[in-house]
Parts: sequence; structure tokens; C-alpha cells
Amino acid sequence: MDFLVKKFSILSCLFISSFIFSEQWQISPSDSAQDDIQSAMILAQEGDTISLAAGIYNLNHGLSLDVDNITFKGEGHKRTILNFSEQKTGAQGLLVTSNNITLKDFAVENAKGDAIKSKGSKNIKFLNLRTEWTNGPDTKNGAYGLYPVESKDVLIDGCIAIGASDAGVYVGQSENIIVRNTEAYFNVAGIEIENSYYADVYDNVAENNTAGILVFDLPDLPKQGGKFVRVFNNNSSNNNTENFAPEGNIVGQVPKGTGLVIRANRHVEVFKNTFENNSTIGVALVAGDLESGDDSYDPYPRNIQIYDNYFKNSGYDPDFNRGELSPLLVEISNGFQPDIMWDGILPFWQNVFGQKKGERLVLDSNNDAKFLNLDLFWYFVMSFFHSPEFTGKKYFSDVKNLDPIAEW
Amino acid sequence: MVKKLLLIVVVLSQLIFAVNDEAILSKKPEAKLSDYDFFKSPKEQIPNDNVHKYFLQTPLFSDYSLKDRFVYIPQEKKAVHSFDKVYDFPIGSALVKTFSYKMASDKNKVLLETRLLLLQETGWSAHTYVWDENQEDAFLKVSGKTIEGIKFLYDGQIKKVDYRVPNQNQCKECHLSDNKIMPIGPKSRNLNFEITQQNRSINQIDYWIEKGLVENHDPQKVVADWKNMEESLDDRARAYLDVNCGHCHMPGGSADTTGLYLSVNEKDVRKLGVNKPPVAAGRASGNLMYSIVPGKPEKSILLYRMKSEDPGIMMPESGRALAHSEGIRLIESWIKNYDK
Repeated sequence: MDFLVKKFSILSCLFISSFIFSEQWQISPSDSAQDDIQSAMILAQEGDTISLAAGIYNLNHGLSLDVDNITFKGEGHKRTILNFSEQKTGAQGLLVTSNNITLKDFAVENAKGDAIKSKGSKNIKFLNLRTEWTNGPDTKNGAYGLYPVESKDVLIDGCIAIGASDAGVYVGQSENIIVRNTEAYFNVAGIEIENSYYADVYDNVAENNTAGILVFDLPDLPKQGGKFVRVFNNNSSNNNTENFAPEGNIVGQVPKGTGLVIRANRHVEVFKNTFENNSTIGVALVAGDLESGDDSYDPYPRNIQIYDNYFKNSGYDPDFNRGELSPLLVEISNGFQPDIMWDGILPFWQNVFGQKKGERLVLDSNNDAKFLNLDLFWYFVMSFFHSPEFTGKKYFSDVKNLDPIAEW
Repeated sequence: MVKKLLLIVVVLSQLIFAVNDEAILSKKPEAKLSDYDFFKSPKEQIPNDNVHKYFLQTPLFSDYSLKDRFVYIPQEKKAVHSFDKVYDFPIGSALVKTFSYKMASDKNKVLLETRLLLLQETGWSAHTYVWDENQEDAFLKVSGKTIEGIKFLYDGQIKKVDYRVPNQNQCKECHLSDNKIMPIGPKSRNLNFEITQQNRSINQIDYWIEKGLVENHDPQKVVADWKNMEESLDDRARAYLDVNCGHCHMPGGSADTTGLYLSVNEKDVRKLGVNKPPVAAGRASGNLMYSIVPGKPEKSILLYRMKSEDPGIMMPESGRALAHSEGIRLIESWIKNYDK
């Protein structure tokens, strides 16, 4: 018996030793593309590159990658296209659950759910990718284009996201994030940073979305208390597409014509951006859900700095179809049409004594932008005390710069 | 002489009817299911010695397929009970699950795939083997496969499915717990009930003790049998959600980003979905506001997603193509009668 076992183990050792190191996987469009790509993604060893030749890959099932240290690339987002129009299974086009991953130079089109998702990845790069629903804005489109969640060290660079029914670029519950040189068109939200820590969002273009950029913190999630987000040198203009998000989703409440919304985050620095022709508001600063029922959720934004931004033609046609903001804005502003708006909702005692020192809103002239504090707390609680502010001068003070995200 | 002969027979039979321990521990999965020697007769799914068939109180729905489950634990080793968790199995253990349908054409049982969970030094690994047409053997398939146009019988009715064999990554999506692959089914709370073995009724964990698989009978209350109308609606629904959803919808599971936790032990009703808004559902919200609206199944996203067969909407995300009408009815009536 012992002898036999030994023999077996020698045999199986021979099988094991057929390892291959750092391989190049070359795949071209064919009827077996689904199998070819998925097999490569499973059989690849750390350090391998999977290359997709130019062409259209018609895929019926979501792809997934769970091997560390892999480059998955095409020959450019206009030439290598993963088409999921006939997708039958999988909640996303491509799911990545491993570390040290580079995705570059391809497009994911018409995924039934999200286009590209990474969950729990450390060091993931999205480079020169395109995610698109080619029929334009439609409630039936998938929710997210580029969707890293619970990930760490996330770089999104040179990508294009079009037609997502929630957010084109959505970084959720993640840490150490750079989103740059990226374009978002005809999504509900162009670029969204949600429940995340340490993000730099710069040199991006968000146009023709419902809302250009969102920096949100939401309740009932494992990671909350979003903080340290810098939004700079972006152009968030003409975001006047009708909100086509399905109801029930938080972005479904955002009025069209919004440049940037900061909701319930801490330490957000917004500078040198252009907000032009956003028909409801250029920048909105609002509290989160005050009655979420989640005791660990802090709905009040703090340490927000908005300076040196350029505004033009904000609020010329506020959207009344979604959310509660526009009616209040129009009623209280009474024709003033601010560029920057704050709902003015603070923790209880701060509504009486003012914001805590060291947590205050910081503004500067923002090139003569018009500012309005709606003072909603007193508006709702006791209208006798309601005193909206039509100038931000009181908040002009020195900026304390946040640290840039160090590239890893 | 007779003794010697007997000894040879015994030794031979042990060799013939022994599981291939080396194969279980091998880093590279075998090409054929038969290489593991889990079965005396693979076609009939008659297990080898020391491979034991087991049953779950409430199983996961997988497109109405029939499932034969087997557990193998190496000789002289035992699994250890772990409260509210899967048994702590010794290295070299294997869980074997064969999926089949009773075909509409000839009422014969046809084996589709056998999934293996093998416990190695580095942890559990998951593989799936697809049966050949002759039902002689099953072969490793890493990238998944669709078996189209199966017509099968369920409860006297003919149903049709494009059956999807999961790829290796999809195995992990459901079996992920804190970044490790873990079995889902063999928890004490899903095993601790009366079964029939060798023509007698016996508690399944007592049977495992008898067979030397585990040491003690740690009393842990079994979850409800979701089909047993004598049990309370709440218990049946929670057992169903636990097994069908809770393996991903738990802290450390694949769906933990949602903050929606559906394990049978979840006490926080908000985390269970009651009046909880969706997080990243997109169109899968179906224009509804909350996961569960007490008294209003038609307004509950959870039920909407159970009913869907659209990959961008349906839950679970993988492992089914058909809606489970019996499960839907159960959850529907649970939400309808949900006591605020």
C-alpha cells in the first residue's frame, strides 16, 4: 500500500511540475472568445499579460478576473470592444477581485448591469478605457461604468464613461484614489466619489450629465464617513440631461443642471474648476439624510473649502422634476440664481452658535460667484428666525490645503 | 492460507474502494472526476467507502436541479463543530456535489456537473467537472459552460432551462468569506435533523459521529425546512434567505458592499432590508425605494430581484437562470405578513 501511495505521489509531482512562467495570452475575436478570455483569466499566472487584438468581442456572459498581478489590455478603446448586448448571465461586464491589476485600452459596451467592477482590489489601474451604453441615456442602461468598490490604490486615468444610469465613474467605499484625464458624458452622475477616503479628482471633463461630479457620503454602509477629497482643474459644464436614474437610487433625487454636489463629506477642497451652463446650480453643499436611522452616520458636511473656481450662467432653469432642492432653492433665492448653494443645515446647537472653529466652510470670491445659504434649519424649524445669506463674504478666509494623494 | 487470502482481499478492497488522497491535495486539479475515486459507481452516484451522502435542511435553489451531496474526511481525522459556521474540516477533506435533472423525454436522471471543494494546505479550492454524454465520467471545466435547451421534470411539470455551469471564479463569488473560499452548506444548523440512512431514521449529526466524521454532537438548533408548513412563516423565510442569499449578503461576503445582510442571525431589521434604501442597485431597484417594505411585497426590491430573470436585475447574481416560484411565494407572503 505504502509503495503504491509513493508511486502515486511521484506521478502527481510530475504533473505539478509543468509550470509556466509569465506568459503572454494573445486572444483574437472568434466564436470561442468567451471561453478564450475567461479561460485565460483563470489559468493566467501572476505576472502574465492577457492581450486582446482589435475587433469586436460578442460576449454572452460576464467575465471575471481573480488572479493577482495581471495586465489585461486591448489595442485601444475604439478598436478592442467587448460587446455585452447579448449578455445572458453576470451582473457586470467585467469583475475584478484580485490585486495589482492593470486594465487598459479597451471598451466595454452595453453591459446588462455594471460595465467594469473591481471589488476588494488593492492597486488597480483603469487606463484609457471606455464604458458605454451606445443607445444614449436610458433608464434601462446599467448603473455604473467604471466601478471600483472596497478597493485601495485606485487609478482611473484617460478613461471615457458614457450613458450610465447611475454614475459613469463611481468610486465607492474605497481609499487612495486618483481620477484624472477622464471624460464622462450623458450619465446621470458623471463622476462620483462615495463613502471614500483620500481622493484626487482632477483634469476631468464632465459634460451633458444630469450632475457633473458628486462627492457623497451615505448611511447604512460598511464604510462611511467620506473624507479628504480634492476636486480641482475639472470642467463640469452643460450638465443638463434629464435625470434618467431609476427611482429608489440616491442619484435619482439629483436635479438636472448640477455641476457638483458635496453631501455629508468631511474635508473636501474644490478649486480651479469651471462650472458653466449648469441650469440648476453650479455647486451644492448639502447635509445627508437626517433621519436615516443609522446611529453611526454623520450627515453634516464639515471642513469644506471652495475657492478659485470659475462659474458662468448657473441656475437659469432649475429642474423641479427630481428631489426637493430646486423648489426650495427657487423659493428662497427669489430670482437671485446663485452659483454656489449651501443648505445651511448644521448639527443642532451650531444652528444657534455657528459652525465649530476649525470646521468652518471656507470660500473666497470664486471669481465673483454668487453664493446663497438657504438656512434650511430655521426655514423648517422656526421661520421667524429664517435668514438666508446672499453673500459668502463671511466665509472668506485662509485655505488650508489638503495633502495630494501620493502615487503608489 | 485462508487468512492470507482474506488479508489480500481486504487490502485490495481498500485500494479499490479508497479515495485518492493525493489527488485532493494536489495543487493542480485532476482532469477527470474519476481520478479522485469518490464513487464506486459514478453513473449511479454510489459513493466510495468513507464518502458519505449528506442532506441539507434548506438547500440553495439552483434552477430546480437535483443535488447529491457527499462529504469525505480522511481516515483518522475529524471535522470540528464551529458555532454558527461551517464545520472546521481537516486538511484533505472534500465536499462533492453533483447536479442533475430528471429529463422530460425519458424520465431518466442525467448528471450535468459535479462540483468539488477540496481542502488543501492553502485552503479550500473549488473546481467543477462536466459530465460527458455517456455519463461515464466528468471532465474539468474552468471557464464555465452553458448546456442549452434542457427539458426536465419538476413536480410533474415540464420546465426548460439553459443550464449554466459556473466558471471557477464564479464558484468563489458565492463561496467567498473574508477573502477565503469556504463551503456554505455543512453548518450544524443546516445538518442537525433526522435523515434516513440504510433504512433507518437517524439524526444526521449522530450519523456523522457514527461514521467517525465528527467527534461530538454540539446541539445547535436547526434552521427551518423552508417547505415545511408546520414551521412558522418567519422561520421558513429566514431559513430560505439565509441559504439562498446570506452567503454573499454577510459581512466579508461578496455582497457586503451593500450593507444588506440576510443571514438567519441578523437581528438588525434595517440591515435585513426593512425600509433600507438600495445603494448601488441601478435599474435593479425597479423604481422601488426600499429592499423590504413591510406588508407590501410589490414595493420590495428584494422580491422584485428574486422574480427577475434579467442578469442585470436578478438575485442571486449567478447560479440561476430561472425564477424560483415556490421561494418567491414564500418571501412574498413573509413580506406581506411582516410584523412591524
